[in-house]
Amino acid sequence: MEMEDSDSRDSQEMISLRDVRVRYGEVEILHGITFDVKRGETLVILGGSGSGKSTLLRALVGLEKPSSGEIWIKGKNIAAISEEEMEEIRKKIGMSFQGGALFGSMTVGENVALPLREHTKLEDSTIEIMLRLKLEQVGLEGFEYYMPSQLSGGMKKRAAVARAMAMDPEILFFDEPSAGLDPIIAAGIDQLILELKQAFRMTIVVVTHELASAYLIADRMVLIDKGNIVAMGTTAAMRASTQPRVRQFLDRVPEPEVTREMDYLQMLTQERRL
Amino acid sequence: MQLVSQIGGSVTNGLAYVGSLAVLGGRAAYYTVVAPWQGKPLRLQRAVSQAMDVGVRALPILSLITFFIGLILALQAAYELRRFGAMNYVATAVAISMSRELGPLITAIVVIGRSGSAFAAEIGTMKVTEEIDALETMAISPIRFLVAPKFLAMIVMLPCLTIWANALGILGGSLFGVAQAGFTFRRYIQASLDSLFLRDIMTGLVKSVMFGITITAVGCQEGFLTGAGAEQVGRSTTRAVVMSIFLVVLVDLVFTGLFFFVSQG
Repeated sequence: MEMEDSDSRDSQEMISLRDVRVRYGEVEILHGITFDVKRGETLVILGGSGSGKSTLLRALVGLEKPSSGEIWIKGKNIAAISEEEMEEIRKKIGMSFQGGALFGSMTVGENVALPLREHTKLEDSTIEIMLRLKLEQVGLEGFEYYMPSQLSGGMKKRAAVARAMAMDPEILFFDEPSAGLDPIIAAGIDQLILELKQAFRMTIVVVTHELASAYLIADRMVLIDKGNIVAMGTTAAMRASTQPRVRQFLDRVPEPEVTREMDYLQMLTQERRL
Repeated sequence: MQLVSQIGGSVTNGLAYVGSLAVLGGRAAYYTVVAPWQGKPLRLQRAVSQAMDVGVRALPILSLITFFIGLILALQAAYELRRFGAMNYVATAVAISMSRELGPLITAIVVIGRSGSAFAAEIGTMKVTEEIDALETMAISPIRFLVAPKFLAMIVMLPCLTIWANALGILGGSLFGVAQAGFTFRRYIQASLDSLFLRDIMTGLVKSVMFGITITAVGCQEGFLTGAGAEQVGRSTTRAVVMSIFLVVLVDLVFTGLFFFVSQG
């Protein structure tokens, strides 16, 4: 049973952030973010628009270099490793982008097969089988010869998940999985994430502003606002939280509308994002 | 004082831009020439289809334009040569100015309009739809995946197109030569070939390779610099065309100057 002793201590935490700050030019977007994600856990990063949650996700997958702080993924600080080491990390993570980000010039099958063709020496016939398998897992069997433009929004996201899973990653990242989908299709995507979690025990990090979806899939949640962590805890703890800022977000209390021109101007200049 | 600092600022920006182009060009060259021997294969199929786009599909419009340019050159040369009764030099004038200067330049400008802009639009759109980010998170270098095939296609096709442009220009000139300057077609072509040294053609081809590198680097760079939103793609495309034309003329000037002083010494 306890055979995984040797590295279980290190690998308990799949991802660790320590005081991560990200700035674009003069403007600091994230003001010191610290949290951990355990192996096999589903963490949902919640936040409104402009909260910095997308920037946080970009930093987690190495698309944005933090200006200070540490991001440990599988025991490596990706804020301070070489390009080669980063490539190795990237092969172990999968990312599903908001709009799918499928390559428009390739079929769905070629999209899913791309990481395999690029990073493995597998035979074409093996790759063919694997891509069918991945498409089946996301409920898209038989769609390998379709072009991305022929798919609906929900199908695009499923195909993107299949591509993110192509290399059997240990960590899967989702950027706004239900954005732009109708509630029924969105529920289908949530269901898919739950299935992946149960079937593969993957570590999953989801960035979203959809509460219903967050309650359904999260083991733990992190609520961020204006680049700071407001609260974090298990789903149940968050539901029960009495912290005003958390309640405001969870109970969807609107922010007082800015009506005066000068206030609006001030708000724009304070929260300027790129 | 403010003027000086503004001038200084734009000079620094300009140098930084050219520097980043050089970095991009260098990395593309690495992935085209060196990396394939280190087990990172080039996407040859993609390069071939790019070459079709950049080269073969440009032939009709390029042929038409350079034919006209050759004809215009003949007319302009004849305007002056007629006064000296030296109409038989029309062939020489057309052949030399086509192969040394206008062949490479017109080819580059046609390719900028067709392909440089397309590179910027393609990569810019991929930037906006997060496809570039997707490549990076899959540990696939966008330079190797997207730029290197274009780079290879360009440095192969641009010299080829230039030779074709030279030939069509001479053909255009011959129309005037035969109709107005008392040449037979055979004699016109013979006179053109006699007037050309290998050096004339080679300098043109060297320039065309440099143009190819410039156009690829600028087109791709502008694509990668595209901000968020669809209208930014349009901006990048415009910038790519304007910057490419400017830089191609600059490169042309540098190399023409270089050839001039080298051949003197």
